[in-house]
Amino acid sequence: MNIRIKEIALVFGLVILAGCQNVSDNNDDDVANVEKDVPAVHDGMAADSQNLAQFAIGPKGEYETEDFDALKFLTAWNFSNLPQEERAKFYKETALPDATLLREYWFNVEEVTIEVAPGVFYPAWSYNGQVPGPTIRATEGDTIKIHFKNNSTKPHTAHFHGYHSAKMDGTGGDAEDKIMNPGESRIYEFKAEPFGSHVYHCHSYPVSQHISKGLYGAYIVDPKFDTRPKAAKELVMVMNGFDTDFDGENDFYAVNTKAFAYNYQPIHVKQGELVRIHLSNMLEFDTINSFHLHANFFDRYIAGTKLTPDAFTDTISMGQGERSILDVRFREKGMYMFHSHVSELAELGWAGMFVVE
Amino acid sequence: MFNNAKIKFVLAFLFPLVLVALMIWFFVQKGTLGVLEGNFPPVEKIFVERVVFEPNKITLKVLNDGPEEVTVAQMIVNDVVWKFEMNPSHTLKPLENANIGFYYPWVEGDPLAFKLVSSNGVAFEKEVDVSFLSPVADGKYIRTFVLLGLYVGVIPVLLGLLWFPFLRRLKGGAYMFLLSLTVGLLVFLGFDALAESVELIGEVPNSFNGVGLLIIGFLLAIMVLGVVSYKTENHVTLKGDHYKNLRWAYLIALGIGLHNLGEGLAIGSAYAIGEATLGATLVIGFMVHNLTEGIAIVSPLTRMTDGKERIVQHLVTMGLLAGVPTIIGSLIGGFAYSPTLAVLFLAIGSGAIFDVSYDIIGYMSKKAEKGLFTPVNVLGFLTGLVIMYGTGFLVI
Repeated sequence: MNIRIKEIALVFGLVILAGCQNVSDNNDDDVANVEKDVPAVHDGMAADSQNLAQFAIGPKGEYETEDFDALKFLTAWNFSNLPQEERAKFYKETALPDATLLREYWFNVEEVTIEVAPGVFYPAWSYNGQVPGPTIRATEGDTIKIHFKNNSTKPHTAHFHGYHSAKMDGTGGDAEDKIMNPGESRIYEFKAEPFGSHVYHCHSYPVSQHISKGLYGAYIVDPKFDTRPKAAKELVMVMNGFDTDFDGENDFYAVNTKAFAYNYQPIHVKQGELVRIHLSNMLEFDTINSFHLHANFFDRYIAGTKLTPDAFTDTISMGQGERSILDVRFREKGMYMFHSHVSELAELGWAGMFVVE
Repeated sequence: MFNNAKIKFVLAFLFPLVLVALMIWFFVQKGTLGVLEGNFPPVEKIFVERVVFEPNKITLKVLNDGPEEVTVAQMIVNDVVWKFEMNPSHTLKPLENANIGFYYPWVEGDPLAFKLVSSNGVAFEKEVDVSFLSPVADGKYIRTFVLLGLYVGVIPVLLGLLWFPFLRRLKGGAYMFLLSLTVGLLVFLGFDALAESVELIGEVPNSFNGVGLLIIGFLLAIMVLGVVSYKTENHVTLKGDHYKNLRWAYLIALGIGLHNLGEGLAIGSAYAIGEATLGATLVIGFMVHNLTEGIAIVSPLTRMTDGKERIVQHLVTMGLLAGVPTIIGSLIGGFAYSPTLAVLFLAIGSGAIFDVSYDIIGYMSKKAEKGLFTPVNVLGFLTGLVIMYGTGFLVI
């Protein structure tokens, strides 16, 4: 990354709500200066204990593993993050006579340990070894076919928000809708409808446990006839949290699993381009989550199911399972925070930065 | 060199030891052969022993109180993820200590909740009811605690001793009343210290076994005083009766001193963590409360017929023996309070006091022609308890 960005990043890194330690991209030059327990203070600002106490907020140290790339997750769907050969194992497109696509996915439920805050590891349940699970994206009218395999030690399902028949519900409610025991496999098949920004999650019981352990993901259905302005960049954000000590309360919060992920690695966008955020709330235990963007306003499409915006705002609240599409054009270059405006959640990890270039 | 019998003797001692060693080796090498080998979640425990407040800065003194190694990965203060420095290491073996230091804009008087999160996501919590600047060992604070010890320990005991001229004029029943009163005072103090010790067990890290410390402290005091008493008995008897009385008074002074060490610890720590404001009322309360300790010390001396020439010197020494530990205790309590030490010291104090009370009762039963439970004795004993209970209201 160029020097200018790094300077901006460093200066802002000190004043942001959840002061990050290394906002440069894979360049260790400046790490030594900011990595210390209490970061350096602005020029001209006395390094007294009062200031040090302000900037000591935030996580300690660096992420130890690269088990999940939060930056890549933002723009990956239908396993587009994988090399072609690898991708073919999990995703297949077939053209159908009616000009729609049959989209096939291979889902494996696996138990995996993930790093949810620097140095803090969580024994998660996952779709394909990642939390959130792989993002599924189709066009309205396509056929979705999920080859589901339970490779874990507990019964699991996949329950998609969207139209489907009772036997594809993934809840065990219908006689033909089986909950998959360890080792079992089945197929979920349905048409991608209605268009919108949806989610999927495990619906075996207790559901609260299966969601909090990490079995969820984004499911995006694009409208067949889209009259909205075309987005230059689309980002998938799943708000979540982790109860690392299993006391029924989350210890860390995040968007896309890793606490403060986008403080460590800010999201780069261009001034004036249309950025579309597919935002969903898969947080368990806490009833309300929220999204707030600094210094910019966005068009909000509730659940993304209409082609005209429902609101123009900079802060929204979302209950469990709710989704929104947020369209924003950043007005000026610089660094802008985004975080839950439930401040407690922000200060426990759900906070990040945009770099506008 | 060794005859057969000797070798047999040594072998008889070593054989079981060798077997135990072999068994330990076997289990370490081979495991427990299927027993209890479930995949249990990690048993991690971090105990926050002490929270030290400095301006805009806090230090947590922590101990690994569990059977397994623990790595502290993150810290959350009042529901905010917070940066910290942990020395000497983030990873603690069982019973290892560390300091967790960080800058934090704490507000005086506010409660604070600390949460340490291990690499396995286990959370260890510590709450502070009142944030309060911790004393540092500078001249001002040492002066404060020395004065505190003087007010609460030394001066009242010495004042109590001033009743000596009055008390020694008491005759017959009145004397027995005084002795029973003393026993009453002491028994109250003994239970008081014991109860306090028991109460603090909950705050002791599990690995330090508070109950064990209590038992050891309590019995240790009794045993040590018992041995001292046994060893000096013949010696002083030869030297004359008044030595016996003196020795006795010293033992009481020592017992009370040990008790006051525990009391000083409690006062010092309460002051240091902002739980007690040392107003004049409290200091006066402690003074009145502890006056009675002086009375307890002098009571054996009131029968002395000879050896009075150096009595003032002895009284001052006893006063210091009983009172000075309060200063030491409050200094320890103020700067390095640990519930572990408090449990031990309070138990020692309690044991010492029960031992002394037992001695006095023994002496009384030798004197008593009509048995111990005369109305005078019972009344004296109960009066002692009531005085302690009553003056206790002054130190709430």
